[in-house]
Amino acid sequence: MSTITMLRLLGTGMLKTASIFFFTLLFSLPLGLIFSFGRMSKNGLVRGVSKLYISVMRGTPLMLQLIVVYFAPYYIFGIKIPSWYRSGAVILAFVLNYAAYFAEIYRSGIESIPIGQYEAARVLGYGKTQTFIKIILPQVIKRILPPVTNEMITLVKDTSLAFVLTEVEMFTMAKQIAAKEASIFPLMVAGIFYYFFNLAVAAVMEWVEKRLNYYR
Amino acid sequence: MNVLEINHLKKEFDGLTVLQDISLSVREGEVVSVIGPSGSGKSTLLRCATMLEHMDGGELIYMGEKAAWEERDYCVYASKEKLKHVRRHFGLVFQNFNLFPHYTVLKNIMDAPVSVDKVPREEARQQAMDLLAQLGLSDKADAYPYQLSGGQQQRVSIARALALKPKILFFDEPTSALDPELTGEVLKVIRQLAKDHMTMIIVTHEMQFARELSDRIIFMEDGVIRQQGTPEELFMAPDARVKEFIGKFAG
Repeated sequence: MSTITMLRLLGTGMLKTASIFFFTLLFSLPLGLIFSFGRMSKNGLVRGVSKLYISVMRGTPLMLQLIVVYFAPYYIFGIKIPSWYRSGAVILAFVLNYAAYFAEIYRSGIESIPIGQYEAARVLGYGKTQTFIKIILPQVIKRILPPVTNEMITLVKDTSLAFVLTEVEMFTMAKQIAAKEASIFPLMVAGIFYYFFNLAVAAVMEWVEKRLNYYR
Repeated sequence: MNVLEINHLKKEFDGLTVLQDISLSVREGEVVSVIGPSGSGKSTLLRCATMLEHMDGGELIYMGEKAAWEERDYCVYASKEKLKHVRRHFGLVFQNFNLFPHYTVLKNIMDAPVSVDKVPREEARQQAMDLLAQLGLSDKADAYPYQLSGGQQQRVSIARALALKPKILFFDEPTSALDPELTGEVLKVIRQLAKDHMTMIIVTHEMQFARELSDRIIFMEDGVIRQQGTPEELFMAPDARVKEFIGKFAG
């Protein structure tokens, strides 16, 4: 197999990796915020359920979660699993897992905002929603960028776990080529691809952090 | 008319009484200072009056509108809508300023009028700029709070409170978080407000300031009003406890 062919195949895998990355963030970032509200809810039941959810998602292997999400419709509801569900299950499992981590990051950010900010807003007449959206959330986002960047970088590498559902992302592709060619070279190339992907992620996040550096 | 009327206010924290039977009314244009040792309940009184703390008993009335009252041993508050209206009557200046760090000075001042009171943006902007000019901070309109000294931040927070045109302004130890050389500029602003007949309640440790500025001084201790009167009454013929306290601060 020529190097060009190999790179092209890895490139296709890379697209899959990138799409898992993108869709996971798209859904798990907002979902994480909802879970963080649940985790901080005044309602004990809501709080307990959220806490349990986060604990289970963080405490069990993502690989297992991928398998459970994929096979659950069949084993629990007896539904025959359609072929299109594989990609969906990959995204769904990643979203459910990462939302749990993001929820805790949001919570740490929200709880780090001084109570005086809420009190000032309240005395000035801002409503609860207004206070959160205008006063609290912007400050939270600035504070949680470093841990969020961490999660994003982990996510890029975690996408390789999609292989358990035989989703052909970059790492699966590299392994297949490596096996066929009896060479470790494709895996090294995949490693370099991951590295540059993460370099880009880190660069973008650094740029965002700088943009938010106009205040302290 | 009384701008503020507090009747028999009671406040407990975990069964511990921190305010007991506090009654206080403030006429329009009156400047009232609240002094007393720390832990005497001064700040809690202010926090109850500004509804940052829930009262456990008594009445809270602004401009004749009841915000809270007692019903069968419980303190009940008016409806959310009513309270929203009542909140417009007062402003509060915090010890730690509590400016919004992600907003410029100008936005800190004009945002509440625009997003809460629905004042047209241009009008709110003009009014904010006027306030900044009054406080000598025109050149800081586009600065962020972290770029200002403590004294400047406190002046901005006064402007932020004034922008909502309150009938009464509360100050919670407005100079306690400032370096000594910065207290002067903040006190000057408060003095000017007094001259303009702004109704104010000031919790402070600045005895000299309280004395020259106030129409009335309230001395609190152990959650009750121990003594109150004109500065002369309090400073000239104080009872032993007040004398001791004032003496400590006069150095």
